[in-house]
Amino acid sequence: MLSEDERMEILKELEGAEDAPSIAMEALRIVQGRRGYISDETLCDIAAFLNMTPHELDSLATFYSFIFRKPVGRHVIYVCDGVTCWVMGHESIFEHLKQRLGINWGETTEDGSFTLLPVSCIGACDHAPAIMIDSTLYGDLSKEKIDEILKEHR
Amino acid sequence: MTTASIHIDGNAYSVTAGQSLLRACLSLGFNVPYFCWHPALESVGACRQCAVKLYRDEKDTRGRIAMSCMTPVTDGMIVSIEDPDVRKFRARNIEWLMLNHPHDCPVCDEGGECHLQDMTVMTGHTYRRTRFRKRTYRNQDLGPFVNHEMNRCIQCYRCVRFYRDYAHGRDLDVFGIHDSVYFGRHEDGVLQNIFAGNLVEICPTGVFTDKTGKRHFVRKWDLQTAPSVCVHCGLGCNIIPGERGGELRRIRNRFNGSVNGYFLCDRGRYGYEFVNSPSRVRQPLRRDGRGEHHKPLRSEEARALFADILSRKGRVVGVGSPRASLEANFALRALVGPEHFFAGMADTELALIQRQIDIMKIGPVPAIPLGKVATCDAVLVLGEDVTNTAPILALNILQACRNAPMARADALHIPRWEDRAAREAAQQVKGPFFLITAHDTWLDESAELVFKGTPDDIARLGFVVAHFLDEDCPSVAGMDGDRTDIARTIARSLGQARDPLIISGPGTGSGYVIDAAANIAWALRKNNRNARLSFTVPECNSLGLAFMASQAVDSALAAVERGAADTLVILENDLFRRTDKDRIIACLNACKHVVLLDHLMHGTASLADLVLPVGTFAETTGTLVSSEGRAQRFFQVYAPQGDIRPSWQWMRDAMTVRGTLRGASWRYLDDIIAAIAGEFPELQPVIDSAPPGAFRIKGLKVPRETHRVSGRTSIHADTTVHEPKPPDDPDSPFAFSMEGYGGKPPSSLIPRFWAPRWNSVQALNKFQSEVGSDLVGGDPGCMVIEPNTGEEPVYRQSIPEVLAPSGSLVPVPLYHIFGSEELSMFSSSVAGRAPCPYVALNPRDASRLGLSNGDEVEIAGRWRGPVVLRAGLPEGIVGVPSGLPGTGAGITGGRVDVTKVTS
Ligand code: SF4
Ligand code: SF4
Ligand code: FES
Repeated sequence: MLSEDERMEILKELEGAEDAPSIAMEALRIVQGRRGYISDETLCDIAAFLNMTPHELDSLATFYSFIFRKPVGRHVIYVCDGVTCWVMGHESIFEHLKQRLGINWGETTEDGSFTLLPVSCIGACDHAPAIMIDSTLYGDLSKEKIDEILKEHR
Repeated sequence: MTTASIHIDGNAYSVTAGQSLLRACLSLGFNVPYFCWHPALESVGACRQCAVKLYRDEKDTRGRIAMSCMTPVTDGMIVSIEDPDVRKFRARNIEWLMLNHPHDCPVCDEGGECHLQDMTVMTGHTYRRTRFRKRTYRNQDLGPFVNHEMNRCIQCYRCVRFYRDYAHGRDLDVFGIHDSVYFGRHEDGVLQNIFAGNLVEICPTGVFTDKTGKRHFVRKWDLQTAPSVCVHCGLGCNIIPGERGGELRRIRNRFNGSVNGYFLCDRGRYGYEFVNSPSRVRQPLRRDGRGEHHKPLRSEEARALFADILSRKGRVVGVGSPRASLEANFALRALVGPEHFFAGMADTELALIQRQIDIMKIGPVPAIPLGKVATCDAVLVLGEDVTNTAPILALNILQACRNAPMARADALHIPRWEDRAAREAAQQVKGPFFLITAHDTWLDESAELVFKGTPDDIARLGFVVAHFLDEDCPSVAGMDGDRTDIARTIARSLGQARDPLIISGPGTGSGYVIDAAANIAWALRKNNRNARLSFTVPECNSLGLAFMASQAVDSALAAVERGAADTLVILENDLFRRTDKDRIIACLNACKHVVLLDHLMHGTASLADLVLPVGTFAETTGTLVSSEGRAQRFFQVYAPQGDIRPSWQWMRDAMTVRGTLRGASWRYLDDIIAAIAGEFPELQPVIDSAPPGAFRIKGLKVPRETHRVSGRTSIHADTTVHEPKPPDDPDSPFAFSMEGYGGKPPSSLIPRFWAPRWNSVQALNKFQSEVGSDLVGGDPGCMVIEPNTGEEPVYRQSIPEVLAPSGSLVPVPLYHIFGSEELSMFSSSVAGRAPCPYVALNPRDASRLGLSNGDEVEIAGRWRGPVVLRAGLPEGIVGVPSGLPGTGAGITGGRVDVTKVTS
């Protein structure tokens, strides 16, 4: 069941929209903002509210890396695997993160603080290799710099 | 259409300008590999497999690589398919597409008819270089029809484009991104769309395969096949059944540009297993007395007994069958005499179908070929639940609805074949599609305007629409403002269309509805619109039978009741589906002899004194007339075992014993066909619906087996080491053999689509005059109704009265694609999708009657079931599912009381 607040917020997006499915991404974002991720049940509720089938909505939800279909940690680290980052050392950045956090792609640290996800180009090629933590961008990374950033977030 | 002159690898060709280059190349016979393109789905440019080289001018020696499916043909174009760069590109592309492919052809049901195999060989990709692990997926259970094996996917997107965009399914989609793209459902579950089975043919790999075929799988090259016609509704879709070892293994689509095109519905694809059913009658059966069990008897005894029964100077009447061929019905008619021959349907149904025939004959509005429905630009459905009574018609209506919104793409100069862009331009705009039905239907979502009412309401609204179009049409008294507005909207929209289509049928049981449809169509024609009509019929030969009989089952029973008949010969029919149960039992008991010729054990069979085993469509040859009036020949696929014979042969032999009847001289099926044409001049075209049995090409028959069929010397090794002589088939141009004419036969005799290097169903391209259009030599089938276009029709005048309000309800039959048709319900996969008997009520009517969901109720003293509340059913109507096994004939007309059963 969607909460009253969630419904209201989605309805507001609907104003002026061509049809319900066209604001599907907004609806997912709104609910994820409150719940942290989109469970199967939540997905079905949103779909019903938008007059979509779960299949249609899940097709969108699973396309976007920023919509989580499983629970994530307090912070989500997106590691860019675009071409530029790859040339500039994406692999060593990933190896370092993996070793420091003890987790692989798609996993969450035991203490629940970090989830590690790959992401396609985040538009920071001029500062490659780059990552995002939640909505903050970090560029020109080195191993040392990563350790510092992680400390800030612990 | 303008032509363009183009150069391909140094040669000049003249083709239609503006089409996609890929289509043009394929039509010219070039083998350009492709995946995501499909003639019915057109281009999206997703797979990059159809690359060719384009050159700016003669001086350009380098050229550039482009996707032929996304390139419009222009005059003077210079193209290379064979350039080494582009060949290498195509080989590399397929190597990429197959990075994660499991290479499991030997255990894949697609193997041997796989487009991916064909294209891989064609591009010359032979060596896999990648060293990495393949990603793997979990497969889903998608229900009884379609098997899922996602690892084989090459991400061409055809499946979702067919399922979502073309068939309006909403429960199959694509998930994920990057190298992990999944085609399936959000979670396991039965695919809901009734055209889901087409995924089997649409998917170019082994992701989606026929799940029923898995239980008795045979490779395409090992199947014995012949051209056939679907027997599960009146549309007459063309099919290719495949057999091996005496078992029918599967049904595939047989393209006919004027009929079904590329697709079948799931009833047509999966209903076939009735042929293998344990309920088949495989040997003659007799009972010595009423209430006794049936005992088997030998064929000769059965023949003698049948002749004996007929010669006992009894008063014999024959009941024909709307699901049997013209030939079988005609043989019965000859056996009992025309005045004693009755159509095997309710008299009311026969009257409705003959009314439709009259309208089609009068002209000036002809029936539209099923395959041309998609070209119409406005559609009105009056009364018929086409999704469930004529499924492929529903699929084609969905395509017709796109035409008007496509004007937006035209205005932007986006070619319609650029599918993604054209759909984007048309957005979700609904075309002029109007649905006037007795209850909510699956098509409602796609319609611009829907109206629900009783059959009388539907007819009255239809008459108002006609009156708005032409004042000469009778006006309707007492219409309220809302309905008048609806009628005005519909009339305006139809009147503005260039090619409006009016669809109706006998589904509501009301002749007024059919008349209203005729008035609308005629009024449109008078307004100089290119109007067309489409009337559905319930069964595969309802129309053909209606040409041969003027009375039906109720009259036959009346003859028994009057004492005018004491012997009943029933052809391929379960009378309990036709009329009142008690009446049938009384009549059967009153008869001295009841003989049934049929292939399945059913209620009537269990009461017959003599049951003769006859062949199904797969085991016999004959002609069916589709709802459009198209006579189409279906050919025997395999020789049945044991005593099973075509109905007409049992009857011919009985006539031979009696000696007096002219049917005795029929040696071959063609003799009956000639007799039919002689007796019914209108049915003359039946002769030309396919070449005769004596037809040969270069002195050879057409082989039913492929040239690669395996095991012909060893398959019988358990019983004999000698290779048995194949059975003779004097009735058709086909041989039960791999030997015969190896080239392409005439279009009505194509036993399968195969061409060198094209083992998959896409070999069809090689059989069409242009890719996607009709078959070379014209689409099979001949029309038996020639509309008299010169005459001015007289508008139908009689309009149903408004009934005074009452507490009783109007019964309306509810059709179920899986459930309402007799034969397919003997197929376990289809039966598994059928509902249990129920009674549908509008929630307000239910509460007025003090009924709630699940309450057991009775209607008209003979229909029972639990109440199902259905908001989409208008007040005042009670919906009763039609044709579910064991539920007897439906209830239509009048009013009924719904009473609670207290047990
Ligand atoms: S499942 Fe088949 S049709 Fe669908 S994308 Fe994959 S290969 Fe293409
Ligand atoms: S629409 Fe009718 S004729 Fe066509 S496949 Fe389905 S049941 Fe058969
Ligand atoms: S067929 Fe042209 S890109 Fe797929």
